[in-house]
Amino acid sequence: MNALLELKNIQHAYGKQVVVNELSLTLKKGQIGCLLGPSGCGKTTVLRCIAGFEPISAGEILLNGVVVSNANFCLPPEQRHIGMVFQDYALFPHLTVAANINFGLHRMQKTERASRVAELLQTVGLADASSRYPHELSGGQQQRVALARALAPRPDLLLLDEPFSNLDVSLRERLSLEIRDILKSQNATAILVTHDQDEAFAIADEIGVMHRGEIQQWDTAYNLYHKPANRFVANFIGQGVFLSGKVLDSRHVEIELGVLTGDIPHQCTADCHLCCEGYPVDVLIRPDDIVHDDASPVQAAVVHKAFRGADILYTLRLPGGGTALSLVPSHHNHAIGEKIGIRLEADHVVAFSQSVP
Amino acid sequence: MRVKGETFNSSANHTTTRYGFYGFLASAYRTSSGWRLLPFLVAALVLIPIGTVISSFFSPASDIWQHLVETTLASLLVNTFWLVLGVACGTALLGVSLAWFTAVCEFPGRKFFSWALLLPLAIPAYVTAFVALGLFDYIGPVQTALRSWLESDLSWFPNVRGRLGVIVVMILAFYPYVYLLARNAFLTQGKRSLEAAQSLGFNRTQGFFRLALPMARPWIAGGVMLALMETLADFGTVAVFNYDTFTTAIYKAWFGMFSLTAASQLASVLILIVFVMMIVEQQFRSRMRYAETRQSARVDRITLGGWRAWLVVGLASGTLFFAFLLPVAQLGIWASSVFSQDFDQRYLEFLWHSLLLSTFAALLTCSVALLVVYAARRHPDAATHAAVRIATIGYALPGAVLAVGIFIPIAWLDNWLSGIVLQLFNIETGLLIQGTLFTMLIAYMTRFLAVSHSPIDSAMQRITSSIDEAAMGLGLNGWAMLRRVHLPILKSGIFTAATLVFVDVMKEMPITLMTRPFGWDTLAVRIFEMTSEGAWEQAALPAVALVLAGLLPIILFVRQTEK
Repeated sequence: MNALLELKNIQHAYGKQVVVNELSLTLKKGQIGCLLGPSGCGKTTVLRCIAGFEPISAGEILLNGVVVSNANFCLPPEQRHIGMVFQDYALFPHLTVAANINFGLHRMQKTERASRVAELLQTVGLADASSRYPHELSGGQQQRVALARALAPRPDLLLLDEPFSNLDVSLRERLSLEIRDILKSQNATAILVTHDQDEAFAIADEIGVMHRGEIQQWDTAYNLYHKPANRFVANFIGQGVFLSGKVLDSRHVEIELGVLTGDIPHQCTADCHLCCEGYPVDVLIRPDDIVHDDASPVQAAVVHKAFRGADILYTLRLPGGGTALSLVPSHHNHAIGEKIGIRLEADHVVAFSQSVP
Repeated sequence: MRVKGETFNSSANHTTTRYGFYGFLASAYRTSSGWRLLPFLVAALVLIPIGTVISSFFSPASDIWQHLVETTLASLLVNTFWLVLGVACGTALLGVSLAWFTAVCEFPGRKFFSWALLLPLAIPAYVTAFVALGLFDYIGPVQTALRSWLESDLSWFPNVRGRLGVIVVMILAFYPYVYLLARNAFLTQGKRSLEAAQSLGFNRTQGFFRLALPMARPWIAGGVMLALMETLADFGTVAVFNYDTFTTAIYKAWFGMFSLTAASQLASVLILIVFVMMIVEQQFRSRMRYAETRQSARVDRITLGGWRAWLVVGLASGTLFFAFLLPVAQLGIWASSVFSQDFDQRYLEFLWHSLLLSTFAALLTCSVALLVVYAARRHPDAATHAAVRIATIGYALPGAVLAVGIFIPIAWLDNWLSGIVLQLFNIETGLLIQGTLFTMLIAYMTRFLAVSHSPIDSAMQRITSSIDEAAMGLGLNGWAMLRRVHLPILKSGIFTAATLVFVDVMKEMPITLMTRPFGWDTLAVRIFEMTSEGAWEQAALPAVALVLAGLLPIILFVRQTEK
């Protein structure tokens, strides 16, 4: 029982509207988890329930094996040893950077406090800015102060609510890697909430994709991309299209572009027909599953192209009328309307029954 | 289908386009250089009466001045010190705690108390003072009743006429200034900061002392400063209590010893005290800038239960009772006893004069304050800041002295003008400006600019410079930006300012008394005439009208803010 945080079937409702429904997750010490989902899916509410700002109406939340929230009880936030980085940072405008970081260290010795503040200023690279005020800092610097302030009291768990949404894209990418390093160096356990999958992939060890108050899949980034548990995850993570196909046997599916070979994944249970011959399915085809090959007999028309530096992302019209995406090295520069040869190259199959939405 | 990274390019675009209109910004600032002169003009207007008063300090020391230094100066300083200390602590404690409870907590009757606690603003301090004396003095009904009931001489009963009595009356009269501003601060702080404090291991009570209170400090300091300026300038209350401070000493020197010079010399000492206090207060806020906090839709109030709730209800209702209900009830009783013979056409005239003066003074003062704040924002340099500080010091000038300080230069200007007219056109004009409403309005504006400046300036601090830049980027120039961006944000601040000036002018006694056109009586003038004769019942009738009139802007204010 080394789970630091455990959510067991928690439920939260604003009035009659259920925002979080039967949600469970487990996080081990030192792990960085992420709740990923479109806005309004309830992910921030889950975070606020964990922090203790919102009560839960069913289920329970355990921290270090101790119940901190259930339907009848909610341990006050200040007694949970959970740090939080707010979306708008909520830095205290009347305090300097150092005083902001020092704010939560009231249980430490005076000398220990000073060294902890100095250590964190060093860690987040703001040693020179210690006596400045929040309004004198850039967005990225404010972000790092917010992180340092939350980390300072060495919380058991750190919660980050859309921590990069106020930053521009290039800064966001750099800072997300930087923050993963900082969290790992502090051996922090953390949960991040975001709607940006790049952010989630860059920081988190494990990611839960949320939709309508429920976690659709809790997995590594690799598995979310390559083994999505359902259509929502397949659509939400990465890019790709669904092409209709037919099951040949338990290891083969035929689509317009050819036959895909691979284990038809976990949806194949006794009561489903996915592995039955002739069963109609939708097969997920990622842009990297289709390669450009001039020698290929299959020709597809370029409908749209997006230059990406190393690659070009082509949107193609297949001979049968379907649409597919293909990621092609950028020196293969083709005009819109031109027909190019393509070939299916996938080593696994992601297929969903057509009857299931 | 989802395309990576497409959704969040807007902020990146913003940073790149921003550099594009720095040139535009610069030219906008250059063309608006006319703003620059405004604070200096207003400061000059304030400096003339101050200069008139202070120059008297350098006139040769008279025997009267020598006499005052030897006999009363030390006790004046001691009296003023205790009064300032007591009122500062009392209004801060009462105003901030009531503001916190009504803004952040939940207890029975919270909604009622949150507006009702503003009601004492309608009662002038000198009215509360004469009611308190009438009720609680040795010969008053309370002590008389207690004596006969307890059959004791009540030697333990505090001396109502003493220092404590003055301080308590002033706290009850002036706490709404602190309450109003502190409550505004607590309401706009947002709950996010408090949550941040909780996630750092502080409960909500600790969060109040460690966070909400320090963050609200500029507003609290602003409210306490208003209360203290009111205290230092007060004449009516200390006169009723016979508690000698600089204002009563000035009055006595002038009307008792007929030495305007000695009066002005006392006034210049008072200005010095005020000046020191203002510098201290400005030091408090020098390095603080407050970013706008987003109002969160759901506010989780701290629900007070059991004895805590009843303690708060007790505090709020006790304050309301002593600061408003009791004086109003007593005024009503007194007024009804003289109503039949004292109510006539003259009272409607007093009321009309008071309303007219207050409305015009509020309009003029708020317009000038807005322009000054705007100019200071456009040109945040040391000289402008000094000019603004000077422009807002008039509030601490005792009304009687300000009246003289304005009266003397205007009399001089009048003589000069009529001399010119006589020379050029050979017409006898008589007095042109002296004894007109214009003189009064200028005096009011000088005196109450600080009242309107403080809330408007606080509101202006919430408009960050990037809001200006965003508006400019959308093609709004100075006036359009003021109308479409600033005024909506400043609206509540301006409304607070106008309300405060309106009520203050209505209560104002010495300036009205001394600069009004001949026979142009107001409610306050009538009250002065009656209280100086000790005729509480006769004074009560105009006081009731004054309180009722003072209620109007407060009701308007409450309706606008407490939807």
